[in-house]
Amino acid sequence: MKYVIGPAVTFLLCLLLWSSDASAFCGFYVGKADTKLFNKASEVVIARHDNKTVITMANDFQGDVKEFAMVVPVPTVLEKDQIHVGDAAVLKHLADYSAPRLVEYFDPNPCQILHPESQAMDMMAKAAEAPARKEREKALGVIVEAQYTVGEYDILILSAKESHGLETWLSENGYKIPLGASMVLRSYLKQNMKFFVAKVNLIEQSKLGFTHLRPLQIALESPKFMLPIRLGTVNANGAQELFIYMLTKHGRVETTNYRTIRLPEAQELPLYVKDKFGDFYRDLFTQQVKREGQRGVFLEYAWDMNWCDPCAANPLSTEELRSLGVFWRDSPSIQQRRGLMPQAQNVFLTRLHVRYDAAHFPEDLMFQETSDRNNFQARYILRHAWAGTDDCPAAITYRQQLRERYEREAHTLANLTGWNIGEIRNAMNLASLPGGDNMKWYQRLLTN
Amino acid sequence: MGQDNGTSQTDKLIFWRDPRLYQIVSLSTLLLYGRFWLHFDVSIWQIVITVGTALLAQYAGTRLYTLPSFDLRSPLISALSLCLLLRTNDLAIAALAAFIAIGSKFVIRWNNKHIFNPTNLALVVILSSGLGWISPGQWGQFAWFGFLIACLGSVVITRAARADVTLAFLTFYVSLLFVRAFWVCDPLTIPLHQIESGALLVFSFFMISDPKTTPDSRAGRIIYALLVAVTVLYIQFWLFKPNGPLWGLIVCSPLVPLLDRLFPGARYDWAKPTSGHTLTSLPFSFSLQPQRRLS
Repeated sequence: MKYVIGPAVTFLLCLLLWSSDASAFCGFYVGKADTKLFNKASEVVIARHDNKTVITMANDFQGDVKEFAMVVPVPTVLEKDQIHVGDAAVLKHLADYSAPRLVEYFDPNPCQILHPESQAMDMMAKAAEAPARKEREKALGVIVEAQYTVGEYDILILSAKESHGLETWLSENGYKIPLGASMVLRSYLKQNMKFFVAKVNLIEQSKLGFTHLRPLQIALESPKFMLPIRLGTVNANGAQELFIYMLTKHGRVETTNYRTIRLPEAQELPLYVKDKFGDFYRDLFTQQVKREGQRGVFLEYAWDMNWCDPCAANPLSTEELRSLGVFWRDSPSIQQRRGLMPQAQNVFLTRLHVRYDAAHFPEDLMFQETSDRNNFQARYILRHAWAGTDDCPAAITYRQQLRERYEREAHTLANLTGWNIGEIRNAMNLASLPGGDNMKWYQRLLTN
Repeated sequence: MGQDNGTSQTDKLIFWRDPRLYQIVSLSTLLLYGRFWLHFDVSIWQIVITVGTALLAQYAGTRLYTLPSFDLRSPLISALSLCLLLRTNDLAIAALAAFIAIGSKFVIRWNNKHIFNPTNLALVVILSSGLGWISPGQWGQFAWFGFLIACLGSVVITRAARADVTLAFLTFYVSLLFVRAFWVCDPLTIPLHQIESGALLVFSFFMISDPKTTPDSRAGRIIYALLVAVTVLYIQFWLFKPNGPLWGLIVCSPLVPLLDRLFPGARYDWAKPTSGHTLTSLPFSFSLQPQRRLS
């Protein structure tokens, strides 16, 4: 028996000693894809730990602020101090920090290829949101649970007996409710949800002097880790774009009722993409959405808030994270007392991007926090060829392989974005490169 | 000699009638599809380590408890189910899960029957300790539908003696999901979307169906399936916890000895698949010795 148990125990001990390596990236950061690239985009930041959740909601509302109205189902009646107005600049910082990015590398002189540093870099590269009125409310079965003015917003917390009354009340009070919302409202009411309703108070807004709408922030405690998107899908104006930034303590967040998919990353692209990275990324995203049958939730970034590599923006400061609802961090003084590095942050950021409509996203987004702390970023690479004139054999082989590499980059770009391969080759000016005569007949045909 | 031939033929028949063989094929196919097409976060190494540890643990248990034969089918099913469901960044955790799964069969027993489904127990231990996670939304419609067909197919082909518990659970669970949808006025697309989970299929066809951890009698199993379905829905829609089926089964498993007492039936043997109705076995079982099986 001991002959069996001995090796088994050794084998298990060996496994326990295994640990996964942290991978790092290098290269020079050259650009990022802004969330403004996408129309009708909403951004939501959710900071959550132990059922305590802070949700910051922002959208790119462009019209007259008088027209602005927001209806969000919430699990509980919120007190006034559970509602805040956030800082759009912090949200912008978070979006920039986690944006899909473009990096560039420069090939070394192939004649000096044995340079250990370049080799290490190369290897690393590879590894790589009045009484009459009261009477009416009563008649409609709508109860105004609470009413607050927070910053430039007038906020109501509503509950209702039935959805038609609520729908009528909202319409009579100037909230544009799309057709078909009644069913969705009824479903939320049956689930004992309340409605957080916000409008802009023009007097308060002019007093405060803000020209743009600042993000709204709510703090609540609920076991429900979800984001209600169904009211958004009732809107007949096509698919909605949503960016979700999750700030959690332990690790990456994913959806439990839809596929969470990592975007293609670390792909080498033609150099001309540098000037049109925004177009590239928008088309890449559309292509991936199509490939997943319009049902996926896409992971754009998953990283420990401590650092970044390469950085599209600096990591957020303690104050910025706190303003977004990160309540579980130790204060810097406690950290120092415990001997921790001042910048050590037990905050993990997950950035999800979803394009949703009623047909493909029938249910609200449900989430779970995992213990996965592996870093991920949507990162794309530009690789500059070495332009030296050395004539060593390695340099000759290097030049011969360049054309093949360019062709590969063209195919990668076409595959990722759905762009026309012929147009890509033209933009890359592949025909003029040495070795163009070696092109296959069909390649020449498709180029023209 | 003639008797030897007869015995070997009987053994072959038993081998091919074993539902576990079809389960292994369908689980392996799904794992390959998930790994290479759906990009499940499970490395080849994790698969190797999980399967290796499960077989090793089964072998060690067989020797330690002096069982007559080393059966690799049950540990293989547990290991493949773990590979399909468990996600972790550490290979040691994958090994630990396989070890807990197989080890529990030998250690946590009542009345000569293990109480918890091995995969279920291992997953719950890893989940509650925060060492790993399950990604129930990673399947997609195509894989889900294909897998459903494969699972139903294997039930038909093998005429699995204890498919009643699977069918009863799915009937109760799906019906209650539709009742809930009707009650909260949700469109039918919502309950249909909710059942589109590969994890639910693995649970229904490979965990709750485990004849070794379900009640012996049919009446007991139907009641058990109802209890599990209600618990799962409670966890899912009142406690709002993900992976309801896993938690539901682990909570209900200790009730099996009680159900066995209330509704007695014949103990299951992989070599003599019965629905628990009668104590008679299949005609070719004469060659088998009565034995204590821990697989």
